[in-house]
Amino acid sequence: MAKFEFETPELFKHIHTPAISPGAMKSEGPFVADAEHQQALGFPGELVEGWEQKAIDEMGEAVDQSRALRVFLDSCVKCGACTDKCHYYLGSSDPKNMPVARQDLFRSVYRKYHTPAGKFLSKLGLEWLIGGQEMNKSVLDDWYNYYHQCSECRRCSVYCPYGIDTAEITMAARNIMAKIGLGQKYSNEIIGKVHTIGNNLGLPEPALLNTLEGLEEDIVDETGVVVKLPLDQVGSDILLVTPSADFFAEPHVDGLIGYAKVFHESGISWTLSSKASEAANFGLFIGNQENMRKIALRIREAAIDLGVKRIVFGECGHAWRVAYNYLDTLAGPFDFLDQNYPIPQHICEFTHDLIQRGVLNLDASQNDDKTVTFHDSCNIARASGMGGIPGGQFSIPRDILRAVCNHYVDMASETIHAATFCCGGGGGLLTDDLIEVRVKGAMPRMTALKNVVEDHGVTHMVAICAICKSQFSKVLPVYGMGMDMILSLHQLVSNALVLTGQQSDEQIQIEQQRH
Amino acid sequence: MPLEVNGTTYETDEEGYLANLSDWSPEIAGALALADDSELADGHWEVINFLREYYEEYQIAPAVRVLTKAIGKRLGKDKGNSKYLYELFPYGPAKQACKYAGLPKPTGCV
Repeated sequence: MAKFEFETPELFKHIHTPAISPGAMKSEGPFVADAEHQQALGFPGELVEGWEQKAIDEMGEAVDQSRALRVFLDSCVKCGACTDKCHYYLGSSDPKNMPVARQDLFRSVYRKYHTPAGKFLSKLGLEWLIGGQEMNKSVLDDWYNYYHQCSECRRCSVYCPYGIDTAEITMAARNIMAKIGLGQKYSNEIIGKVHTIGNNLGLPEPALLNTLEGLEEDIVDETGVVVKLPLDQVGSDILLVTPSADFFAEPHVDGLIGYAKVFHESGISWTLSSKASEAANFGLFIGNQENMRKIALRIREAAIDLGVKRIVFGECGHAWRVAYNYLDTLAGPFDFLDQNYPIPQHICEFTHDLIQRGVLNLDASQNDDKTVTFHDSCNIARASGMGGIPGGQFSIPRDILRAVCNHYVDMASETIHAATFCCGGGGGLLTDDLIEVRVKGAMPRMTALKNVVEDHGVTHMVAICAICKSQFSKVLPVYGMGMDMILSLHQLVSNALVLTGQQSDEQIQIEQQRH
Repeated sequence: MPLEVNGTTYETDEEGYLANLSDWSPEIAGALALADDSELADGHWEVINFLREYYEEYQIAPAVRVLTKAIGKRLGKDKGNSKYLYELFPYGPAKQACKYAGLPKPTGCV
């Protein structure tokens, strides 16, 4: 079960660009969504009859609706700037994982059916002159396989002289596949759970309540202070929307405890919602607007039902991308919220503001056993902002870390900020059936991390994305590092934060012995 | 990928999780473990039994922290941590233990 049938990439001192190895990652792709999971999302249960034509028609509709997509397809000049920028190419050496080649799986079909030259030349059987390709089973197989070897991280786009957004092409391809009946099991099963239960995990309300009560007990045991994790508290000031992994997994849950302590100290009332018990929006990953909208609307409904004034998002990468860029378009207008605060706000913005104003009593020496570095999550780094200042998404988390931790070191400059490498598990790839893709795609980040471990004694890496945290817990041991090296940012905040009335360890021990 | 135990065939999903929760029996748990080249000892059973009790009440597997706390209470504090659970279930207590307990695989960003 835990043994892999593939080779883990070797880590060199520098991120190594491999010689190409055609077909190295050829496979059947991830598990296919079954009929039940497809239909719950409004997609056909299986590959429809005449899927070739339907795919062509859907593609036509996509390029008609999105001028951006058409421009991305038309403007590539094959300069090659993107070829060595993708972590999946670097880790797998399969040339179809060069962003340009992966895009061309889609672009070649587009050229034949949806460009004037392609339409004309097709009549003469000469579409190959412009790289046109007919839609057939072998093309579909390649789409399904290689569009699930892209985490939509958009690193390649940073280096593209035309700014072609590769992720948009991956999303368009996945959307077309779902619409002709070929969806991915991992993402679609999860989206179905969000629609019916409210979160990716399928965590029902009683279980959520039980988990939150358990965490309250833990905080009292640890600090002697009663810190609440309220659920469905009508009339609270803030609705916190956070990934359900924060309720379930480690190190995520330690971050959730951190948010609770920060809210507690701020004196501002807050609540979680059982309806919007998930920040993630996998509708983005599968490129499907309807599902993305439906997921986003839960947050609006919860905010209205609970009568909150503000919405704050927890540590989740793509959720913040969707919230920051599209929440208003998908589920707005949010005119019922307090307009004096960012709509929505990131938990890092919230905590950072309190630190700036001196509201939090922080003892950074509590983290003196650690030297930390920060992994910029791709969707936050390249698709959003924080604090209303350029580069705020880079400086704010680091400012917080420096305030709560005395030893901070950045990884190599070509691997952080806008140039950050994906963890390897983003964009709907965080599933065991894609473990080879995940392990290989983690190579660049693992290289950069290993360097700061060896050169600067880094002991921990911090992330503000649930997917990154789970992915690293899994792949760190594969690369010879400890799974507990990965931490939540608010876990470090939690360690350093001295709560009002907090008891020392000795006082707590005496208390506990008395009971 | 069907599973055969004592001459009866049980339906499983692509990753070997039982398709029907009600099919589960201790023998099946043993067979599922054997398919992964592992053998179930008392320590594993403590976890599996707790997972099944929790699932019966809440229709979901417990959070890792809930599990470690419960095991700590039952077996002593030195075992109430994820290190101990990972020793028992190297592939991750959430996924591997759920599989042997016949529960659905936890989904999401975990």
